[in-house]
Amino acid sequence: MTKIPMSEIINKTISQAMRDSEKVICFGLGVTDPKGVFGTTLNLEKKFGSNRVFDVPASENALTGFAIGASLNSSIPILTHQRLDFALLSVDQIINSAAKWLYMFGGQFNVPITIRMIIGRGWGQGPTHSQNLQSVFSHIPGLKVVSASTPDNVANLLYSSIFDPNPVIFLEHRWLHNSFGKFPSKLKKNELGKCQILKKGKDITLIGLSYMTLECIEAAKILSEFKINAEIIDLKTVSPLDQKTIISSLKKTRRALVTDTSNNFCGISSTVASIIYQNINNLKNKVEIISLPFCPEPTSYQLVKHFYNDRYTIVDKVLKMFKINKKIKRIRSVKPDVPGDWFKGPF
Amino acid sequence: MVHTLNKSVALEIHKKIFLIRETEEKIAREYGNQKMRCPVHLSIGQEAVPAVLSDFLNNQDFVVSTHRGHAHYIAKNGNLKKMIAEIYGKVTGCSKGNGGSMHLIDKSVGFYGTSAIVGNSIPIGVGLSFNLMKSKNKNLSVVYLGDGAVEEGSFYESLNLAAVKKLPTLFVCENNLYSVYSPLSVRQPKNRNIKKMVKSIGVDCLESDGNDIKKVFNSCKIGTNYVRNNRRPFFLLFNNYRWREHCGPNYDNNIGYRTEKEFKDWKKYDPLLISYQVLKKFKISDKVIKEIEKVQTSKIISAFKFAEKSKFPDKKQLMKNIYR
Repeated sequence: MTKIPMSEIINKTISQAMRDSEKVICFGLGVTDPKGVFGTTLNLEKKFGSNRVFDVPASENALTGFAIGASLNSSIPILTHQRLDFALLSVDQIINSAAKWLYMFGGQFNVPITIRMIIGRGWGQGPTHSQNLQSVFSHIPGLKVVSASTPDNVANLLYSSIFDPNPVIFLEHRWLHNSFGKFPSKLKKNELGKCQILKKGKDITLIGLSYMTLECIEAAKILSEFKINAEIIDLKTVSPLDQKTIISSLKKTRRALVTDTSNNFCGISSTVASIIYQNINNLKNKVEIISLPFCPEPTSYQLVKHFYNDRYTIVDKVLKMFKINKKIKRIRSVKPDVPGDWFKGPF
Repeated sequence: MVHTLNKSVALEIHKKIFLIRETEEKIAREYGNQKMRCPVHLSIGQEAVPAVLSDFLNNQDFVVSTHRGHAHYIAKNGNLKKMIAEIYGKVTGCSKGNGGSMHLIDKSVGFYGTSAIVGNSIPIGVGLSFNLMKSKNKNLSVVYLGDGAVEEGSFYESLNLAAVKKLPTLFVCENNLYSVYSPLSVRQPKNRNIKKMVKSIGVDCLESDGNDIKKVFNSCKIGTNYVRNNRRPFFLLFNNYRWREHCGPNYDNNIGYRTEKEFKDWKKYDPLLISYQVLKKFKISDKVIKEIEKVQTSKIISAFKFAEKSKFPDKKQLMKNIYR
């Protein structure tokens, strides 16, 4: 099977969901425009008609309420935001309505909506186009928070989110859109709430989410040169979190490095570290966290260099944990504010 | 269907106005017993609009409403026992005690929920109308809101969305002049004309007296007919007045945000009194009225008994229904 970019996998997944259920509708600013949200919604209107796939006013809050209302009367809406930061205008509907409609009316209504939020990084995305707010949404009971990471798992995660009976915040890192993978021959509906062990290992558990999972995979390759056999866990669903998989991995490795795509204050990485401390009492090292500094993403290309972490930050930290005093060679063929040669801006 | 304000319709409307008024009065009387342990926003003085409008609605028409939603719920034939039990925090309540006075629901009659956040239920009501576009029975979705919500972003966003997508949503705004204790003068510019503004957004609008039953009736007729036949949104703007404090069982004219005179003027213009006048015009005897009211009063008494007797939710309920 040929490999295709993640943006195309997302497109095919939405298509499949819309074919599988007539209830699925797909809307958001730009979903029918010539660029189709980075290709993820291209041609959907042509395939399924403008009653089910439509562009909308720039009204994030009302559109979220609209999605909730439509879902209360049989629709399965997918709402797309080209940046997570725009969705912040809809926090009232997400937190006060979507997350609580089931609970506050005594279980009579569930809200089966999926809100796709794309997260930018680098190329001057700056303070309000690059926020990774998985922890903010994960703080709210009633919301599910999914963070796609690899092109191989994105299809099942998105398909499961669409057909999940609860409101799902589906976080999609812009830098992953051009990573290549296969579109599964059969899509699964029950993939939420499970971490995935991407690589088995015995010496340390590297925990990743979103784009940082890819960096963990690369870091593990480098670490193997030092005879360190790292296990990699991809969180996939941030909330509700699959604690079992994390704990059982740690029982084996007794070392953990948790990565984050945001800062760690009240963050998911701190929560994961805390879960590990509460459940594992014979750790060989203290749990290490690699997260962002407690500041917004700066815009200047020169500042961004100091803001993000990569595979080398992970490797450096792990080597330190193993008391290996070696400097590794940093090879990066592209500048640090772009994911690869394919990215030429503007967003 | 030709719907006119005849004798039986007038009686039906009176029944509801009376039921709402007496239910709210009973809540106010009993509130001090500390058994209804949640905020209550009473609808006293604002009974006419929902009582009349509901006469134009059926169970397949949706309604969403606000923190001041008792009247809307009762008028749409929401189960009274379950409403009182909900305010008592009992498991037999319409939201099993998870919601309280500000989160009323009765799916069986199309009453799809109320929200404690100003403006919050507006887009949800618009969304509910999405799948009604194809409704063969010309069903519609009613969004109740107050003048305070007119200042919220969701108001503009939702009206615009309903207009551009041509959705069968009927917006029903009750302007009672105050948002909590803040008068319109500090919230909207002096020459603000809500009707004009709504029209300029692209939603046709009718402004009307909110207490005069005949006027309310005609407006509701125009509004519901418009949405059912044109499959487009419409906006009904009613002027009425909240008699009691914003939240709670008491009168609050003494605290100084409104004058006693203003209150008294509005009180003279009582929807319940107007309803009696309408019944008189139809030559309905006092005896008939008394009989109908007696039935309503006994409904209220049994609703309170039901709530009192009902059980509180089990501890297990705390962690239930977070996810489906």
